[in-house]
Amino acid sequence: MSEQTIGQPPAGEKPVAPPEAKNSNNELFRKITQGPGLVSVLGVFVALVIGGLLVAVTDKKVIETSSYVFARPSDFFSQLWRAGTESYVALFNGSIYNSAQGFSPFLETLTVSTPLICAGLGVALAFRAGMFNIGAQGQIIIGATMAGYVGFAWHLPLVLHLLLVVLFGLLGGALWGGLVGLLKARTGAHEVILTIMFNYVALYLLDFLMNTTAFRRPGETNPISPILDANATFPAMTGSRLHLGFVMAILLTVLVAWMLKRSTLGFEFRAVGHNPEAARTAGVNVARTTILAMAFAGALAGAAGVAQVAGTEKVLTVGVAGSLGFDAITVALLGRSTPWGTFFAGLLFGAFRAGAVNMQISTGTPIDIVLVVQSLIVLFIAAPPLVKSIFGMNPKKRVRKTETIKAGAK
Amino acid sequence: MTTTTSAALQPSISLLPSKKTPIVLSVIALITLISFGFLGSNQAANFSLSTNTDAFKIPDLVFPGMATNIVFGVLLLAVAGYSWWLRSKGRTLPTYAVVLAAVLFVLGFLIWVVSGANINSISLASLLAGAVVLAVPLVFGSLSGVLCERAGVVNIAIEGQLLGGAFTAAIVASITKSAFAGLIAAGIAGALVSLVLALFAIKYMVNQIIVGVVLNVLVSGITGFLFTTVMQEDPELFNSPAHLPVVAIPGLSAIPVLGPILFKQSVIGYLMYLAVFLVWFGLFKTRWGLRVRAVGEHPKAADTLGIKVNATRFWNVTLGGIIAGIGGSFFTLVAIDSFTKEISGGRGFIALAAVIFGRWNPIGAFAAALLFGFADNLQVILTIIGTPVPSQFMAMMPYLVTIFAVAGLVGRSRGPAAAGEPYVKE
Repeated sequence: MSEQTIGQPPAGEKPVAPPEAKNSNNELFRKITQGPGLVSVLGVFVALVIGGLLVAVTDKKVIETSSYVFARPSDFFSQLWRAGTESYVALFNGSIYNSAQGFSPFLETLTVSTPLICAGLGVALAFRAGMFNIGAQGQIIIGATMAGYVGFAWHLPLVLHLLLVVLFGLLGGALWGGLVGLLKARTGAHEVILTIMFNYVALYLLDFLMNTTAFRRPGETNPISPILDANATFPAMTGSRLHLGFVMAILLTVLVAWMLKRSTLGFEFRAVGHNPEAARTAGVNVARTTILAMAFAGALAGAAGVAQVAGTEKVLTVGVAGSLGFDAITVALLGRSTPWGTFFAGLLFGAFRAGAVNMQISTGTPIDIVLVVQSLIVLFIAAPPLVKSIFGMNPKKRVRKTETIKAGAK
Repeated sequence: MTTTTSAALQPSISLLPSKKTPIVLSVIALITLISFGFLGSNQAANFSLSTNTDAFKIPDLVFPGMATNIVFGVLLLAVAGYSWWLRSKGRTLPTYAVVLAAVLFVLGFLIWVVSGANINSISLASLLAGAVVLAVPLVFGSLSGVLCERAGVVNIAIEGQLLGGAFTAAIVASITKSAFAGLIAAGIAGALVSLVLALFAIKYMVNQIIVGVVLNVLVSGITGFLFTTVMQEDPELFNSPAHLPVVAIPGLSAIPVLGPILFKQSVIGYLMYLAVFLVWFGLFKTRWGLRVRAVGEHPKAADTLGIKVNATRFWNVTLGGIIAGIGGSFFTLVAIDSFTKEISGGRGFIALAAVIFGRWNPIGAFAAALLFGFADNLQVILTIIGTPVPSQFMAMMPYLVTIFAVAGLVGRSRGPAAAGEPYVKE
């Protein structure tokens, strides 16, 4: 805290400029998106327990044994335990390690997490600049569309082709995100509404394009594009779907971390995110920063589109983005909007996604349980007082009171 | 934020009203005149108003495509010119002129599309009646949004409330064999989603947008999970809901065009009209409404006057949930035979758009929802008659219109001042 006050001279003038409500809201926003660690772990734990219970109570054998629970409670409880844990064991086997395949499921986890990390970084970066980027979905779609088109319509030499695919993917996402930034900066429209609407526009645009001769595979009636040129795709590791896109995700994480911490632009992003009024007083061009932050966020989401179309799928379809854009929001929230936090949150949710396929096959638990666990995790992490009260960590609500006093003193 | 950025971009203060409205009007006038008029087909576009079951017949409306649109284009140019003239006098265009321009443009578009289609005739009566049916969940959803946002809570979870309502209605109406039990259960389900929203947004002061987004995912996950594990195990028992019948009021329902819209609806359809009126009356004509709006605009002032800010918010969010839940039951009790995954299909977000486009007013939101329902139904009908406009662009319309609306290109739209900000009593 003390370091920050030294680094930001305008902080002393704070009481003059911002209206009180706005300030406390920013404070909250920061607390939610960037907070302490132990509660996160407990939050994940509680979410997993609730998810397990949901699986257990809909399990046939559990329902069966519950009819004579008072006669033989041991049956009921052993079935309850079995149903609740069986799914998670299958999840683990499908995402990290199992005795038959060794660690090769983990490679699948890395593959699935690649677009999650990229898009999550896009959401996180916008968070840091004080904006809520619900539009990762649309940015992924436009990024994937442009990257895909370059990939199958152009025929270029090795390396160059892939570079152009990546470049156009980033550009597409940046365009779609930057447009939102521009509208927000020029008209003051709220980015949440804008991005939601842009998601649908992007989806219908792709749907339209997939039905044109330029995008549809010749001789095909379904809306599916030609397969991307071999030169245009990320080289994959033999024996798995893991591709070089994962390295791109690591590089982007490093880049975003460096940018936020060391670059002028990153500093401006954070300054605007903390307090746009103070940033403007300090000479930051808020409008320009808003546009750039959304463009960069869009480019990162676009990279997720590239990872999908040039790495995992190798073709462009209407469903190329899946639900990645919305998963990315939960990834960024779990990662508390820090680049490396987002990276590891992406790995965790990637593991959920990858393992869920195995779970559905071996135990019949629907993949949807992952959505439930994922959203519960975010809810619990967003409300530390709730988790604390579950574990009895804040008797008499003393914690909240002191926090308010602190915020007021600042 | 809004004022500061625009001030930064425009250092010189202009005393004239914004150029946006005149520019937009000029553009649509030129589109109507040139693309729809001079470049359009001149085949006659036929709009039938009556159906065979009507009490009396109204003759079909027939418009020659090109000629009509040239006339409309000139009229629109006149409106645009008038707005430029008004602007030079420092005044803005009255609302009725904007509405007139919008109606002319939509009609011009419709005539252009039908005249250029393979079949040059559509039934306006069924187009409008279908639009109302498609708008029902949107209207309920947007009323929920209006109630929450007027009290200062941003409700992104409309989609989740609709979906939760649809699921619960289906399962309860299947087990009890009573559609009305399903309707009530749907309201409770919507309220439950709202309770979570209220708990996190009001008690734990979590960012309301985060809670909303996450709640949508949560409801989608839970309903999807239960759909697979419970409903699909025994669809006969759990997923064949009793349906709410369509009640036609004898005599009145045979009035051409208006009859099917007003007097031939399901119970939920009639409830929709009632709900719009009640929410409007409640918000703008009662003491309760004044308090709610005060809480949404300036919670501190409201608190000073002794209004319980967080309690008001809590009850409004709950009420909104009940309404949206009932709207969701329309999917499974009226529109479709059984529940399927993601049955609400993003309509909660269109409802959100209707809230903004309707400027946080129940009547406005109702009109916006009808417009979106109209666009939705038009897309279906245009695909049938085979028009040159790709259906995807029709489907895009509600979203594009909303982008224009929030970007302030068609007048300013400003929400309740305190929406999204938790209130801490000092």
